[in-house]
Amino acid sequence: MRSLILSTAVRFLLPLILLFSVFLVLRGHNEPGGGFIGGLVASTAFALYALAYDVTQARKTLRASPHSLVAAGLLTALLSGLLPLAAGRPFLTGLWIKREIPVLGKAGTPLLFDAGVYLVVLGVMLMIIFSLAEEPKGERKAKR
Amino acid sequence: MPIRLLLTLPILIPLATAAAMLMAWRVRRLQRAINVAGSTGLLAAAVALFLRVHSDGILAVQMGDWPAPFGITFVADLFSAVMVVLTGLMGLAVSVYSTGSIDVRREAFGYYPLLHILLMGVCGAFLTGDVFNLFVWFEAMLIASFVLMTLGGERAQLEGAVKYVTMNLFSSAIFLAATGLLYGIVGTLNMADAAQQLDAADNPGLITTIALLFLVSFGIKAAVFPLFFWLPASYHTPPVAVTALFSGLLTKVGVYAGVRFLTLIFVQESEFTLKLTLVVAGFTMVTGVLGAAVQTEFRRLLSFHIVSQIGYALMGLGLFTPLALAGSVYFLFHVSVAKSALFLVSGVVYKLRGTYDLKKLGGLMQPAPGLSALFLISAFSLAGIPPLAGFWAKFALVRAGLESAQYGIVAAALGVSILTLFSMTKIWAEVFWKPGDESAQEDVSSFAVPGVEARPHSIRRRMLAPIVLLTAITIILGVAADPFFAIAQRAADQLLDRGQYIRAVLGGGM
Repeated sequence: MRSLILSTAVRFLLPLILLFSVFLVLRGHNEPGGGFIGGLVASTAFALYALAYDVTQARKTLRASPHSLVAAGLLTALLSGLLPLAAGRPFLTGLWIKREIPVLGKAGTPLLFDAGVYLVVLGVMLMIIFSLAEEPKGERKAKR
Repeated sequence: MPIRLLLTLPILIPLATAAAMLMAWRVRRLQRAINVAGSTGLLAAAVALFLRVHSDGILAVQMGDWPAPFGITFVADLFSAVMVVLTGLMGLAVSVYSTGSIDVRREAFGYYPLLHILLMGVCGAFLTGDVFNLFVWFEAMLIASFVLMTLGGERAQLEGAVKYVTMNLFSSAIFLAATGLLYGIVGTLNMADAAQQLDAADNPGLITTIALLFLVSFGIKAAVFPLFFWLPASYHTPPVAVTALFSGLLTKVGVYAGVRFLTLIFVQESEFTLKLTLVVAGFTMVTGVLGAAVQTEFRRLLSFHIVSQIGYALMGLGLFTPLALAGSVYFLFHVSVAKSALFLVSGVVYKLRGTYDLKKLGGLMQPAPGLSALFLISAFSLAGIPPLAGFWAKFALVRAGLESAQYGIVAAALGVSILTLFSMTKIWAEVFWKPGDESAQEDVSSFAVPGVEARPHSIRRRMLAPIVLLTAITIILGVAADPFFAIAQRAADQLLDRGQYIRAVLGGGM
């Protein structure tokens, strides 16, 4: 059953929620927030989309598969640890860019790490939500 | 190579491998290739780390450049370096074996990424110098192992996994409680710092309690008497490759942690703990081998032997002399290699005959003489027949026992060896020697995996090559034992001289 009100609202809510999740990541530097909560919030946006339309539509809107989101997140977090290693410091040392960047504020490898966490959490949550909401594989193929 | 890289590579390589395989989620052929490349890389990194530790002594790196007692330290002494090499070796053997034996459904649900996450957890547990960080690595390793154990969702698997998961969660809870108590006393969780602070603390009752809590937690993970019952109830249920990996690494992490804590942190008032360890070691050996004697299922029988062998490793810890600890280190390495080889053989036997039941098996000597020889070498090594690796390990342990006048444990160790030999010859007689279905020749087509496109010949090679590798190591560790035993002795000396470890971690940073 598709609700017209929900499906219309979701189209406006999706970008808003995503924006809010990015805000949470950036705020997480010094105040409550961060990659984990940001990823959770972002995943609710797509979960809502899957509720309003269906999982196939939500997957299409997401574009990337949840698996590759997790992988990209892991690799991003790994990169944030490797950069200081290449700069001659121990693994995971925080490196900072001296100048403040507009919007981002103080940027450095911890922010990169947070971005990685964001992607991993988003990917894992969507993997769980999509596979719970999806019909069994055989039926989906038959429909197509 | 800089130390900071050497010490982090054993963690980075499996993590990067797992992430790369997630990228290639749908391309299983690529996943298999990355899998083997990743575990080869891990072994190479482990050997490089070992060589460096061997020449330069204990290495330490402060993660994130946070100075020692505040941040997380990664430390490699010879003992942990040897264990990391063992991890790389097991990882390589099992990942090659898996490419030939894991079915498509398990592959599709992320078998290979999980395998590497497990390896990462194990390496992390061996290298960390922080109590809480050790807990985290334990969890990473356990969660991966939970999924590996249940992956496939067969009825027996789920039944075994319930016991496995429950016991291990229980053990983690005890670990966490003990960690909290330790922090309450010394205000630090850095192992080296805690060791120093405990020297000054005067609360022997509480310290012994904490030490025992830790030992109970590690004891559950290592499957010692009387906390072992989850192991034979669950280890025979997942695919053989998984069992081989678990038997080679997971219980050994428990023993490693026990050795580390008793040699580094809880050295004060340790008389009671060590005596208890020795008693537990004896009971573990005896109950394990007696449990094995009545089994007629190939993998269950071997699972009981895992328990029994853990007793020997603990025996060295309980005796607490340089020779005994060296024997323990040597024994841990040898038993992982030999036991995993035996499990891998059981998988090949299953491919050939379609059963693990010793009563139904038989007559494999004629069609598969090579396999029976491979089995026999590892089995004899496990029982302690010279000149194989197991003999030297047991020889050192028994001699150390005689020198310390602990005749009870020596008698137990020798008696259990004979019973082990009995068990091993029982398997050999039932599976290979006993007249069976002679007409069935070793048929390569029985190696074919439904849904896997590789030819049966290549699958057969992939399953046999790891067994040959592990058996060769057993022979080398036996015939050319001298240099390797010297390494074990140096590792033991390092363990007993904890000042070295503390200086490496706290003195001067990196």
